[in-house]
Amino acid sequence: MNIVEENSLYINEPLKLKSGKVLNKYKLMYETYGKLNDKKNNAVLICHALSGNHHVAGYHQGDEKPGWWDNMIGSGKPVDTDNLYVVCMNNLGGCHGTTGPSSINEVTKSEYGFDFPIITVQDWVNSQKMLMENLNINKWKFIIGGSLGGMQAFQWALDYPMLIDNAIVIAAAPKLTAQNIAFNEVARQAIMSDSDWCDGNYLKQNKVPKRGLALARMLGHITYLSDKSMAKKFGRDLKEEKFNFNFDVEFQIESYLRYQGEKFVNSFDANTYLLMTKALDYFDPMNEESFRNKIDSVMSKFLIISFTSDWRFPPQRSEELVRLLIQHNKNVSYTCIESDGGHDAFLMENEKYFQVMRTYIEANIDA
Amino acid sequence: MPRKDFKLISEWIKPNSTVLDLGCGDGGLLKLLTEKRKIKGYGIDTSIDKIIKSLDNNINVINANINHKLDYFSDNSFNYVILAQSLQVVENPVELIREMLRVGDEAIISFPNMGYWKSRLYLFLKGRMPVTQELPHSWHSTPNIHLCTIKDFKEICHINRFTIIEEVINNQDNSNMSSNYFSNLFGESAIFRIK
Repeated sequence: MNIVEENSLYINEPLKLKSGKVLNKYKLMYETYGKLNDKKNNAVLICHALSGNHHVAGYHQGDEKPGWWDNMIGSGKPVDTDNLYVVCMNNLGGCHGTTGPSSINEVTKSEYGFDFPIITVQDWVNSQKMLMENLNINKWKFIIGGSLGGMQAFQWALDYPMLIDNAIVIAAAPKLTAQNIAFNEVARQAIMSDSDWCDGNYLKQNKVPKRGLALARMLGHITYLSDKSMAKKFGRDLKEEKFNFNFDVEFQIESYLRYQGEKFVNSFDANTYLLMTKALDYFDPMNEESFRNKIDSVMSKFLIISFTSDWRFPPQRSEELVRLLIQHNKNVSYTCIESDGGHDAFLMENEKYFQVMRTYIEANIDA
Repeated sequence: MPRKDFKLISEWIKPNSTVLDLGCGDGGLLKLLTEKRKIKGYGIDTSIDKIIKSLDNNINVINANINHKLDYFSDNSFNYVILAQSLQVVENPVELIREMLRVGDEAIISFPNMGYWKSRLYLFLKGRMPVTQELPHSWHSTPNIHLCTIKDFKEICHINRFTIIEEVINNQDNSNMSSNYFSNLFGESAIFRIK
């Protein structure tokens, strides 16, 4: 079993955020796998999505479950740590060790809570660059991310064209649609209307907005699966043989969603959830004033991947990115993978998807 | 070994030009053109296995269907748009050639010639749809829904005002000839450069 340890990096240099606010000091939690080679041309950054964290692969001592993308990353896997040096960090605003709403604000000596500044994808990229410098990495060979993680990979290619060779953008979109934002808003309202949320300062009052956060997760979870995968997994199966004609949990899908909600509450912070959804909503690099200059200076190659049954960021959304890159004569490859897995397909093992990843990475590793 | 039509096509491609390859298969042609002619471009295919092979050949490959409009690409964005040995599988060949000439300055199209004497003889003697080395499928399971002869192709070029710049006729014995009176009978396949 591959045991990995997490690391932390304290940064005392102020980080100017897109919102205009400044984070004076912050801590970044990260993990690394494999070794940086002498030529320093094998570094890979993995960017996590909404509910992810820095523990992307391997096992922590005593854990039964590996990191969240262990099927993709490791020895002999598509992102092969035998010859790649893989880095993943918990993003700012997170709740797995990196400075976020549940961290202590050194000025007030209590949790940031709702005072934690809004963080954008660009801010994440800037903080990831701080980690990069501290790890003595000159250039990322690959930056890989799914969903919100893919958006970070794309932002990297725009913001630091000289520091990235390949961006692998999976199940992502160039910006959110009204429908995407609407789902995020319902999730936020679920949290904020929970009386235990206490205007965002629940930690100070020793409370947790469990019902709200669980509801937000349940809603999110529906959008990560496809109708087909739900039908296949649960159908109309009942917990008991017959209808009870009451409002208890009767269908298996109800039981599954409640379980997912409850499980999530124990490992995730409500204010972090709010922040992550906001970062998604604000992401719209093509609408930035500097976009024309930025896109012209993009040097990296792109691999864009979508999944047929993803309805949160359907293939057409990835194809918008592909079209944009082609219009600007960038090196881009695109494939839409057959899958019933919905948006979550990017996290699932899939022969063709993994072959695409492995082949692209192997073809570009020494380029 | 590169396909013989690839070799002929590559002779027409000017160095440092931009190329779009429709139905790029394993990406072999684009790889050859990248190495020999330093071109920049994209391949298009629908098959995931071919896309994976193209990625292995380290070319830009886009998962798209050439039967739909080439709407990823703006007008005149390529020097050449190539359709190698795929004309016969396309749903609407004339419409596609128009699209090729919209996004490219020139279109290069290669196809098997149904007027080749062996095909004619096959049909004449056996009374059955020809099954040859280049077209190995039986009539009921063939992807080749729009087979034509060199004469047929020239006719649609004429009707649609596609200008033929150059053409090469390819024979089984690997000899090439420029077009002449007998090419429709003796050419196994043909490559046209049109605009």
